[in-house]
Amino acid sequence: MKVLVPVKRVIDYNVKVRVKSDGTGVDLANVKMSMNPFDEIAVEEAIRLKEKGIVSEIVVVSIGVKQAQETLRTALAMGADRAILVEAASDVHTDIEPLAVAKILAAVVKDEAPGLVLAGKQAIDNDLNATGQMLAALLGWGQATFASALSIEGDSATVTREVDGGLQTIKVGLPAVVTVDLRLNEPRYASLPNIMKAKKKPLDEKTAADYGVDVTPRLTVVKTSEPAGRKAGVKVASVDELIAKLKDEAGVI
Amino acid sequence: MAVLLLADVNGGQLATDSVAKTLTAVQSLGDVHVLVAGPAAAAAEAASLAGVAKVLHAEDAGHGLAEALADQVIDLAGGYSHIAAAATAYAKNVLPRVAALLDVMVLSDVTAVVDSETFERPIYAGNAIQTVKSSDKIKVFSVRTAAFAAASTGGSAAIEPVGAKASALSSWVEDKVAASDRPELTSAKIVVSGGRGVGSEADFALIEALADKFGAAVGASRAAVDSGYAPNDWQVGQTGKVVAPALYVAIGISGAIQHLAGMKDSKVIVAINKDEEAPIFQVADYGLVADLFTAVPELTSKL
Repeated sequence: MKVLVPVKRVIDYNVKVRVKSDGTGVDLANVKMSMNPFDEIAVEEAIRLKEKGIVSEIVVVSIGVKQAQETLRTALAMGADRAILVEAASDVHTDIEPLAVAKILAAVVKDEAPGLVLAGKQAIDNDLNATGQMLAALLGWGQATFASALSIEGDSATVTREVDGGLQTIKVGLPAVVTVDLRLNEPRYASLPNIMKAKKKPLDEKTAADYGVDVTPRLTVVKTSEPAGRKAGVKVASVDELIAKLKDEAGVI
Repeated sequence: MAVLLLADVNGGQLATDSVAKTLTAVQSLGDVHVLVAGPAAAAAEAASLAGVAKVLHAEDAGHGLAEALADQVIDLAGGYSHIAAAATAYAKNVLPRVAALLDVMVLSDVTAVVDSETFERPIYAGNAIQTVKSSDKIKVFSVRTAAFAAASTGGSAAIEPVGAKASALSSWVEDKVAASDRPELTSAKIVVSGGRGVGSEADFALIEALADKFGAAVGASRAAVDSGYAPNDWQVGQTGKVVAPALYVAIGISGAIQHLAGMKDSKVIVAINKDEEAPIFQVADYGLVADLFTAVPELTSKL
């Protein structure tokens, strides 16, 4: 079975985000970028399925700016077999909306015919948590979101999902879209020999127009602002003083 | 114009608090019709919320499987300008599927409804707030409930049955919901959370004992969850739950941006940490620099 894993190039999760002073967005020029952490988990899961002999080929695809090549090379160095870059923007500040991304991915799926799409549950930049579900809808496939455990038997997948208040296990027929949550696995680091080998793995370059998808946004960003700050309060010297403050000053107990 | 509010149903039970808060968020947009895919009792409970114009009830086991639920919403979508739900796992699973089937975008975690087409929502783990305007014919969005007060009860909306949908694409196997007498994390008035500083799963009992004394829900930082001290459904933060209780007590939590995104809207924040440089003190109303292993039992015994 072939697996398709979409990966997104996002601001590195250790970088402090700065809102641009003119309110047009977040400053991404000269900022360290990395693979979306949830997508790394999806790549890792695909590799583990290949190591178990369930998956025969892992195709990674990224949609965005040309620089997303680096993200794809990282996935190839981890162990993916082949990559597809779909160039859909030239400015690093352009975020392609999940609906357009899902449409492009749906077209890639038609070409590649994977038995499973493994995706991160959300990107840590726009935090929309939408692409996987949208892709499943467009393909008319079943979906299993927020996976913390995944097993594949024959033509179906059993997925344990992180839901409100606990876990839910569902069975979904293949092909399907599975989106992954944090606890599914711990992604491996690429070794130096594998990073070198990844440079020779195939990487196809396409554009959104090749798939006939209009990436014009549906949402207009009116402004981007800093969240309201919270001021530091006071330090108390003892548990007794803390209890007194909560009773008399804050009135919360 | 009218709003279709998809109600959260977990294990057959209406998530009343989530629905009541979402109701407040969307009230300005028009008449609100609440869709309940679950048992009749869940629909009756939704009908008792003040401000509900009508309840649409689809008899269903209430497992929230995305494929059938999305079809259910699509069936009704034609009559509405907005489709909304609480930003929970239940709704985030299905709303993007609904949006794609309608060929519209989805907005997640809306914190303010500015007007019928303009919304505010956090991005980058709450490090920026985006105001966005939608040009789509139907606006599909989820609401971060911590930002809104719950609508009261005392309503008596009519309940109209609608045909339930089924899908062969997926099937329910089981739910594993931790049984607890404590209040639910996202609706609790007081939350006591532990972080990496707690040091072990066994020592998390200190956090739980304090929470029980307060009648509070128990939370945890992602570091504590990743270290195996606490289950994931206790996680407060950008990758967990977003809470805004009257009192939030952070114990042994350093205050990573990830965690602050999930609790910074709490009314009063207390931090107990032995590191006086910990960033959590920059957002805490009351900070106690102390060893949690002595301060927490003392606090529990003196309350």
